[in-house]
Amino acid sequence: MIMSTVLAPSPHVRSSVTIETAMYGVIIALLPGALVGAYYFGLNALKVMTISILACLAFEAMVLKIRGMDMSPLKDGSAVLTGLLLAMNLPSNIPWWMIVMGAIVAIGIGKQVYGGLGYNPFNPALVARVFLLISFPVAMTSWPVPKPLSFSLDTITGATPLGAMKTSLMMEGNVGAAANMNLVDPLIGNMGGSLGEIGALALALGGIYLLVRKIITWHIPVSFLATVFGMTGIYWLINPELYAPPTFHLVTGGLMLGAFFMATDYVTSPVTGKGMVIFGIGCGVLTVFIRLFGGYPEGVSFAILLMNAATPIIDRYTRPRVFGYPTRKEARA
Amino acid sequence: MEVLRVHQKQERDPTVANRFRGGVHPDDSKHTSKQAISGLQPAERLILSLSQHIGAPSRPEVSVGDRVLKYQPIASPGGFVSMALHAPTSGTVKAIEPAPHPSGRLVTAIIIEPDGLDEALDLTDKADPGLARSPENWKETIRDSGIVGMGGAAFPTHVKLSPPEDKPIDMIVANGVECEPYLTADHRLMLESPDEILGGLFLAMEIVGAKKAVVAIEANKPDAAEVMRKADLPEGVTVKVLPVMYPQGAEKQLIQALTGREVPTGGLPMDVGVVVQNVGTLAAMNQAVKEGRPMVERVMTISGPLPNGPGNYRVSIGTPLSHVVEQTGGLKGPAARLINGGPMMGQALAGLDSPVTKGTSGLLAFGPGELRTLRQRACIRCGSCISVCPASLLPHTLGSMVEFQLFDQLREFNITDCIECGSCAFVCPADRNMVQFIRQGKAELLALAGK
Ligand code: SF4
Ligand code: SF4
Repeated sequence: MIMSTVLAPSPHVRSSVTIETAMYGVIIALLPGALVGAYYFGLNALKVMTISILACLAFEAMVLKIRGMDMSPLKDGSAVLTGLLLAMNLPSNIPWWMIVMGAIVAIGIGKQVYGGLGYNPFNPALVARVFLLISFPVAMTSWPVPKPLSFSLDTITGATPLGAMKTSLMMEGNVGAAANMNLVDPLIGNMGGSLGEIGALALALGGIYLLVRKIITWHIPVSFLATVFGMTGIYWLINPELYAPPTFHLVTGGLMLGAFFMATDYVTSPVTGKGMVIFGIGCGVLTVFIRLFGGYPEGVSFAILLMNAATPIIDRYTRPRVFGYPTRKEARA
Repeated sequence: MEVLRVHQKQERDPTVANRFRGGVHPDDSKHTSKQAISGLQPAERLILSLSQHIGAPSRPEVSVGDRVLKYQPIASPGGFVSMALHAPTSGTVKAIEPAPHPSGRLVTAIIIEPDGLDEALDLTDKADPGLARSPENWKETIRDSGIVGMGGAAFPTHVKLSPPEDKPIDMIVANGVECEPYLTADHRLMLESPDEILGGLFLAMEIVGAKKAVVAIEANKPDAAEVMRKADLPEGVTVKVLPVMYPQGAEKQLIQALTGREVPTGGLPMDVGVVVQNVGTLAAMNQAVKEGRPMVERVMTISGPLPNGPGNYRVSIGTPLSHVVEQTGGLKGPAARLINGGPMMGQALAGLDSPVTKGTSGLLAFGPGELRTLRQRACIRCGSCISVCPASLLPHTLGSMVEFQLFDQLREFNITDCIECGSCAFVCPADRNMVQFIRQGKAELLALAGK
């Protein structure tokens, strides 16, 4: 009998989980949040998402071409995911060319200069968002007011709840009405903000989907959210005049989007459970400090990027104890 | 040198379900567990490799042209960690020459042409049916019978049964876990010959002076656990059913699951007072001591989607795999992957020229497209490999270090503690061939040390 066997290394059977299943899983999990954005910001939101995804794909293809590589990474879902995440981090009325610039930064500076997926130290979508925020602070912070099922491309802009709170603190010396708003609105997405960050409930639903499918583990989202809740809770108990309630902090701004979808990015977060918890706590502490004491009303993106930078150090100090070696306690004894 | 202390959590109650660290759940595919063990027509040529175990090669004791009888010793151990070889049937020594070996290399082997008479050596004075002789004597018999671990590693059994004075053994583990998917040889043996296994277990306990023993079986073989429980258990022996998890059958992991003890790095099970023997090995020990029969055959599983006759077969050591496949009905079509052993740790074969060795637990055949095509990419740092690694290593780091030739850092990341179980590569979404990287890394380290 003619044999043409493959001398492949063991193991010969593999699980069905691939980069594709993980990436497209995250994309599916983002859909509820994206739909809420489309519901409240209408055609504009769809436009931003489409431009961002197409621009990321196009730019990824270009870079692969220049690097003389085959086009297979286009299909792994990572460029689509970066495009979708970037869009969800933008206001729905942003000019198209800014989105394209964001895509170029995300794929080029965020990912490909390091060698592509797996080698980038920072979350590409966040690099692009922060780049845009610093370069175009006005366009990046004029938030359209949500208007259900509107097909008009004209928008009125207003403040995000976090922004309104910051303004009130400066003008009136207290957190004001915004901080004590009815939480149903931010839960369902009826608030100003980036087009993909407004539906806290929808985003949490997507997060739970990721947990159930075991695409992410609980470590980062739980430690991140719990830290924000706990810290803001303490400040609020000390002085509710100056600090908003923890529930308000939990459902406003980009926290849900960040905790479930961006801080959990495999490439840029720690690899062990212990490291992930430290990372999540770090993200939470930084977010709270920026929100309460920083110049920007929102700090999730900066917090995650800073913790991305700390990831190699966290990994170094959270190496698991190798089987058959003494525990730290035993080694000391 | 740093003195390493045994890491030992609270001693575990061996009657409750425990876990080892990490592990994965491959589809167990035990399709042949209902197939009773059956024999095969003898082959026309037997290839008895002088290296089918861990340790020094055996030394041939016959010459070309000699007539040999069944059970006659044909090679003696080439050192303490080595093994004797016996003729599986009567016939003529045709050659002593390099011959196909499962490793893919040519390895010196004694080639026997059977004469079909199956004329056997008289074993009466070797046999100790009433167990009248001393444990020391039994151990010699085991050594002289060429018994090695049949779970796959083929480590000489008498060496495992010779712990130094300062390492008392309190527990023997009869390893009936068989955690590799597809393989069912041990399962069938437990169903069909529980008394042989328990006989061997008793011998092992007597030889090392252990008062306790555990027969470890995974929960996917409830019938085997039932049969073992109902059998005549020697005093101190309990049967323990463990939750299914790969690589539970690996010695160190099994000991951790049963006792909570961790074999220290670089150490052996005897360092934590345990000796683990595969159930097939125990049965072989029983036959050697009570009947004087040396190890000349073993049970192996033929499985996978391609064989026409998947099942469990008792085959003579040295039988060419091609003969086993023919005798069991051949293959349904051209093979794309042939595996010597199980799918997690088994070795891919280029063909069926190589023989059954004492460590051959199975032969699996897959056709084109029956195994997922892999596309190895850069590590995306998902961390899955770390959470499943039973040795608590950082497989992704080891893989990348070898890929980028940073060999000098491998030792710091404990590459030598890797048991090559393949759990890391099994889960990797980037299809990285971690085990291959790690083997290459270990080889580079050896080469560096040799310079
Ligand atoms: S690194 Fe070694 S011990 Fe760990 S999972 Fe991979 S093969 Fe198994
Ligand atoms: S499982 Fe694969 S992709 Fe994930 S961390 Fe390990 S090597 Fe990297």
